[in-house]
Amino acid sequence: MSTTPAFAKALDRVTRVRGVRGAMVVSGDDGLVVAEQVMEGIRGSALAALAASLAHRLRRAMEAAGVGTSVFWHLHCDNGALLVVPAATGVLLVVVAEAEVNVGLVRLELLKAAEALP
Amino acid sequence: MTIRAVEAWTVAPLTAYVHEAGARLVLLMTPAGQVLAQSGFARAVDVMSAAALGSAIMASTTELARQLGQPPFAALNHQGDRHGIFLSGLITGRGPLVALVVYDLDVSSLGLVQLFFEQLAGELRDASPKDGAPKQVLAADFERDLGNSLNALFGR
Repeated sequence: MSTTPAFAKALDRVTRVRGVRGAMVVSGDDGLVVAEQVMEGIRGSALAALAASLAHRLRRAMEAAGVGTSVFWHLHCDNGALLVVPAATGVLLVVVAEAEVNVGLVRLELLKAAEALP
Repeated sequence: MTIRAVEAWTVAPLTAYVHEAGARLVLLMTPAGQVLAQSGFARAVDVMSAAALGSAIMASTTELARQLGQPPFAALNHQGDRHGIFLSGLITGRGPLVALVVYDLDVSSLGLVQLFFEQLAGELRDASPKDGAPKQVLAADFERDLGNSLNALFGR
Protein backbone atom coordinates (compact mmCIF):
# COMPACT_ATOMS: atom_id res chain seq x y z
CA MET A 1 0.00 0.00 0.00
CA SER A 2 1.43 3.42 -0.92
CA THR A 3 1.62 5.91 1.91
CA THR A 4 1.42 9.70 1.76
CA PRO A 5 4.53 11.49 3.13
CA ALA A 6 2.73 12.83 6.22
CA PHE A 7 1.49 9.40 7.23
CA ALA A 8 4.82 7.79 6.37
CA LYS A 9 6.62 10.27 8.61
CA ALA A 10 4.23 9.59 11.48
CA LEU A 11 4.63 5.84 11.09
CA ASP A 12 8.43 6.14 10.77
CA ARG A 13 8.77 7.84 14.13
CA VAL A 14 6.76 5.10 15.84
CA THR A 15 8.33 2.10 14.11
CA ARG A 16 11.82 3.37 15.02
CA VAL A 17 11.16 2.38 18.64
CA ARG A 18 12.81 -0.93 19.50
CA GLY A 19 10.25 -3.74 19.88
CA VAL A 20 7.63 -2.21 17.59
CA ARG A 21 6.59 -4.79 14.99
CA GLY A 22 4.28 -2.58 13.03
CA ALA A 23 2.27 0.61 12.99
CA MET A 24 -0.69 1.72 11.00
CA VAL A 25 -3.07 4.59 10.48
CA VAL A 26 -6.65 3.31 10.51
CA SER A 27 -9.87 5.05 9.57
CA GLY A 28 -11.74 5.04 12.88
CA ASP A 29 -15.22 4.93 11.37
CA ASP A 30 -14.61 2.35 8.66
CA GLY A 31 -11.88 0.19 10.16
CA LEU A 32 -9.92 0.40 6.93
CA VAL A 33 -6.16 0.78 6.62
CA VAL A 34 -5.09 4.30 5.61
CA ALA A 35 -1.33 3.68 5.81
CA GLU A 36 0.77 0.91 7.27
CA GLN A 37 4.30 -0.20 8.03
CA VAL A 38 4.00 -3.70 9.44
CA MET A 39 6.23 -6.74 9.55
CA GLU A 40 5.36 -9.81 7.54
CA GLY A 41 2.88 -12.05 9.30
CA ILE A 42 0.70 -9.24 10.64
CA ARG A 43 -2.68 -9.13 8.90
CA GLY A 44 -3.03 -5.39 8.51
CA SER A 45 -6.63 -5.31 7.29
CA ALA A 46 -7.81 -7.65 10.06
CA LEU A 47 -5.96 -5.67 12.70
CA ALA A 48 -7.40 -2.40 11.39
CA ALA A 49 -10.98 -3.66 11.35
CA LEU A 50 -10.83 -5.20 14.82
CA ALA A 51 -8.90 -2.32 16.42
CA ALA A 52 -11.41 0.19 15.06
CA SER A 53 -14.30 -1.93 16.34
CA LEU A 54 -12.69 -2.12 19.77
CA ALA A 55 -12.02 1.63 19.76
CA HIS A 56 -15.65 2.28 18.92
CA ARG A 57 -16.86 0.11 21.82
CA LEU A 58 -14.35 1.61 24.21
CA ARG A 59 -15.47 5.10 23.24
CA ARG A 60 -19.06 4.17 24.01
CA ALA A 61 -18.06 2.61 27.32
CA MET A 62 -16.12 5.73 28.29
CA GLU A 63 -19.02 7.95 27.31
CA ALA A 64 -21.34 5.79 29.41
CA ALA A 65 -18.93 6.00 32.33
CA GLY A 66 -18.69 9.76 31.92
CA VAL A 67 -14.89 9.75 31.89
CA GLY A 68 -14.35 11.65 28.64
CA THR A 69 -12.65 10.51 25.49
CA SER A 70 -9.88 7.97 25.15
CA VAL A 71 -6.35 9.35 24.76
CA PHE A 72 -4.32 6.15 24.73
CA TRP A 73 -4.96 2.48 25.32
CA HIS A 74 -2.64 -0.45 25.77
CA LEU A 75 -3.57 -4.13 25.61
CA HIS A 76 -0.87 -6.29 27.11
CA CYS A 77 -0.89 -9.91 25.91
CA ASP A 78 1.35 -12.93 26.51
CA ASN A 79 3.30 -12.51 23.29
CA GLY A 80 2.92 -8.87 22.50
CA ALA A 81 1.01 -5.68 22.93
CA LEU A 82 -1.44 -3.50 21.08
CA LEU A 83 -1.20 0.24 21.63
CA VAL A 84 -3.63 2.75 20.17
CA VAL A 85 -3.95 6.52 20.11
CA PRO A 86 -7.06 8.10 18.56
CA ALA A 87 -6.08 11.21 16.59
CA ALA A 88 -8.16 14.34 16.34
CA THR A 89 -9.03 13.77 12.68
CA GLY A 90 -10.90 10.56 13.45
CA VAL A 91 -8.10 8.20 12.51
CA LEU A 92 -6.44 5.78 14.90
CA LEU A 93 -2.72 5.21 15.25
CA VAL A 94 -2.29 1.51 15.98
CA VAL A 95 0.93 -0.20 17.03
CA VAL A 96 1.72 -3.89 17.40
CA ALA A 97 4.73 -4.44 19.60
CA GLU A 98 6.63 -7.11 21.46
CA ALA A 99 5.59 -7.72 25.06
CA GLU A 100 8.79 -6.18 26.43
CA VAL A 101 8.50 -2.93 24.45
CA ASN A 102 9.08 0.36 26.25
CA VAL A 103 5.41 1.36 26.50
CA GLY A 104 6.18 4.84 27.79
CA LEU A 105 8.35 5.62 24.79
CA VAL A 106 5.85 4.20 22.30
CA ARG A 107 3.08 6.22 23.94
CA LEU A 108 5.12 9.40 23.68
CA GLU A 109 5.92 8.80 20.01
CA LEU A 110 2.31 7.87 19.26
CA LEU A 111 0.99 11.07 20.82
CA LYS A 112 3.53 13.18 18.92
CA ALA A 113 2.74 11.36 15.69
CA ALA A 114 -1.00 11.83 16.24
CA GLU A 115 -0.50 15.58 16.72
CA ALA A 116 1.47 15.78 13.50
CA LEU A 117 -1.11 13.97 11.36
CA PRO A 118 -2.86 16.10 8.74
CA MET B 1 -30.87 -13.40 14.72
CA THR B 2 -32.43 -16.34 12.85
CA ILE B 3 -31.04 -17.53 9.57
CA ARG B 4 -33.63 -18.89 7.17
CA ALA B 5 -32.27 -20.94 4.30
CA VAL B 6 -33.51 -22.73 1.24
CA GLU B 7 -30.25 -24.69 1.22
CA ALA B 8 -29.12 -25.95 4.62
CA TRP B 9 -25.36 -25.84 3.95
CA THR B 10 -25.48 -22.04 4.03
CA VAL B 11 -26.79 -21.82 7.62
CA ALA B 12 -23.65 -22.38 9.70
CA PRO B 13 -21.37 -20.01 7.73
CA LEU B 14 -24.07 -17.33 7.61
CA THR B 15 -24.84 -17.63 11.33
CA ALA B 16 -21.18 -17.12 12.16
CA TYR B 17 -20.91 -14.21 9.75
CA VAL B 18 -23.96 -12.36 11.08
CA HIS B 19 -22.66 -12.74 14.61
CA GLU B 20 -19.05 -11.75 13.91
CA ALA B 21 -19.58 -8.95 11.42
CA GLY B 22 -22.54 -7.50 13.31
CA ALA B 23 -24.62 -7.52 10.14
CA ARG B 24 -28.22 -6.37 10.36
CA LEU B 25 -29.47 -7.98 7.16
CA VAL B 26 -27.85 -10.57 4.94
CA LEU B 27 -29.13 -12.03 1.71
CA LEU B 28 -27.37 -14.83 -0.14
CA MET B 29 -28.55 -15.35 -3.69
CA THR B 30 -27.58 -16.45 -7.16
CA PRO B 31 -26.62 -13.77 -9.71
CA ALA B 32 -30.12 -14.22 -11.14
CA GLY B 33 -31.67 -13.18 -7.82
CA GLN B 34 -32.75 -16.62 -6.59
CA VAL B 35 -32.45 -16.45 -2.80
CA LEU B 36 -30.59 -19.24 -0.96
CA ALA B 37 -30.66 -17.78 2.56
CA GLN B 38 -31.55 -14.66 4.47
CA SER B 39 -31.04 -13.18 7.89
CA GLY B 40 -32.89 -10.28 9.45
CA PHE B 41 -35.66 -9.74 6.90
CA ALA B 42 -39.15 -9.73 8.34
CA ARG B 43 -41.23 -9.67 5.18
CA ALA B 44 -41.13 -11.70 1.98
CA VAL B 45 -41.67 -8.61 -0.13
CA ASP B 46 -38.49 -7.06 1.28
CA VAL B 47 -36.49 -10.15 0.41
CA MET B 48 -37.83 -10.18 -3.13
CA SER B 49 -37.11 -6.47 -3.61
CA ALA B 50 -33.63 -6.67 -2.15
CA ALA B 51 -32.77 -9.76 -4.20
CA ALA B 52 -34.01 -8.15 -7.40
CA LEU B 53 -32.17 -4.89 -6.74
CA GLY B 54 -28.98 -6.59 -5.55
CA SER B 55 -28.76 -8.88 -8.55
CA ALA B 56 -29.57 -5.94 -10.86
CA ILE B 57 -26.71 -3.90 -9.35
CA MET B 58 -24.32 -6.84 -9.78
CA ALA B 59 -25.43 -7.26 -13.40
CA SER B 60 -24.99 -3.52 -14.05
CA THR B 61 -21.54 -3.29 -12.49
CA THR B 62 -20.39 -6.48 -14.20
CA GLU B 63 -21.47 -5.06 -17.56
CA LEU B 64 -19.84 -1.73 -16.74
CA ALA B 65 -16.59 -3.53 -15.97
CA ARG B 66 -16.91 -5.48 -19.21
CA GLN B 67 -17.38 -2.26 -21.18
CA LEU B 68 -14.24 -0.91 -19.54
CA GLY B 69 -12.37 -4.08 -20.44
CA GLN B 70 -11.87 -4.92 -16.77
CA PRO B 71 -12.64 -8.02 -14.73
CA PRO B 72 -15.87 -7.74 -12.71
CA PHE B 73 -15.72 -5.50 -9.63
CA ALA B 74 -14.98 -7.48 -6.50
CA ALA B 75 -17.35 -5.63 -4.21
CA LEU B 76 -19.48 -2.55 -3.92
CA ASN B 77 -19.97 -0.54 -0.75
CA HIS B 78 -22.49 2.21 -0.24
CA GLN B 79 -22.39 4.14 3.01
CA GLY B 80 -25.22 6.27 4.27
CA ASP B 81 -25.70 8.26 7.47
CA ARG B 82 -26.65 5.30 9.64
CA HIS B 83 -26.31 2.19 7.47
CA GLY B 84 -23.88 0.70 5.03
CA ILE B 85 -24.65 -1.68 2.19
CA PHE B 86 -22.05 -4.16 1.00
CA LEU B 87 -22.58 -6.23 -2.13
CA SER B 88 -20.10 -8.80 -3.35
CA GLY B 89 -19.87 -11.92 -5.44
CA LEU B 90 -18.30 -15.18 -4.31
CA ILE B 91 -17.60 -18.53 -5.90
CA THR B 92 -18.86 -21.79 -4.39
CA GLY B 93 -19.28 -25.38 -5.53
CA ARG B 94 -22.88 -24.38 -6.16
CA GLY B 95 -21.71 -21.79 -8.69
CA PRO B 96 -21.27 -18.02 -8.36
CA LEU B 97 -23.33 -16.41 -5.61
CA VAL B 98 -24.00 -12.86 -4.50
CA ALA B 99 -24.13 -11.63 -0.91
CA LEU B 100 -25.93 -8.47 0.10
CA VAL B 101 -25.09 -7.21 3.59
CA VAL B 102 -26.65 -4.27 5.42
CA TYR B 103 -24.93 -3.08 8.58
CA ASP B 104 -25.55 -0.37 11.15
CA LEU B 105 -22.65 2.06 11.41
CA ASP B 106 -23.15 2.15 15.19
CA VAL B 107 -22.64 -1.58 15.46
CA SER B 108 -20.26 -2.56 12.68
CA SER B 109 -17.98 -1.08 10.04
CA LEU B 110 -16.94 -1.68 6.46
CA GLY B 111 -13.65 -3.09 7.74
CA LEU B 112 -15.41 -5.74 9.85
CA VAL B 113 -17.92 -6.58 7.13
CA GLN B 114 -15.11 -7.05 4.59
CA LEU B 115 -12.85 -8.93 6.98
CA PHE B 116 -15.43 -11.54 7.91
CA PHE B 117 -16.76 -11.69 4.37
CA GLU B 118 -13.48 -13.31 3.30
CA GLN B 119 -14.07 -15.93 5.98
CA LEU B 120 -17.70 -16.37 4.93
CA ALA B 121 -16.70 -16.90 1.29
CA GLY B 122 -14.18 -19.56 2.32
CA GLU B 123 -16.64 -21.37 4.60
CA LEU B 124 -19.39 -21.33 1.99
CA ARG B 125 -16.96 -22.68 -0.59
CA ASP B 126 -16.01 -25.52 1.75
CA ALA B 127 -19.59 -26.28 2.78
CA SER B 128 -21.19 -26.10 -0.66
CA PRO B 129 -22.20 -29.23 -2.54
CA LYS B 130 -19.81 -29.92 -5.38
CA ASP B 131 -22.46 -30.87 -7.92
CA GLY B 132 -22.15 -27.75 -10.03
CA ALA B 133 -24.36 -24.79 -10.72
CA PRO B 134 -28.07 -24.84 -9.80
CA LYS B 135 -30.57 -25.86 -12.40
CA GLN B 136 -32.04 -23.10 -14.49
CA VAL B 137 -35.39 -21.79 -13.31
CA LEU B 138 -37.92 -22.26 -16.05
CA ALA B 139 -40.76 -19.81 -16.47
CA ALA B 140 -43.29 -22.60 -15.97
CA ASP B 141 -41.78 -23.50 -12.60
CA PHE B 142 -40.93 -19.99 -11.48
CA GLU B 143 -43.97 -19.25 -9.35
CA ARG B 144 -43.88 -22.63 -7.63
CA ASP B 145 -40.13 -22.37 -6.96
CA LEU B 146 -40.52 -18.82 -5.67
CA GLY B 147 -43.34 -19.89 -3.37
CA ASN B 148 -41.30 -22.82 -2.04
CA SER B 149 -38.29 -20.57 -1.43
CA LEU B 150 -40.31 -17.95 0.41
CA ASN B 151 -41.92 -20.66 2.52
CA ALA B 152 -38.48 -21.91 3.51
CA LEU B 153 -37.15 -18.40 4.11
CA PHE B 154 -40.05 -17.35 6.31
CA GLY B 155 -40.86 -20.67 7.93
CA ARG B 156 -44.39 -20.99 6.62
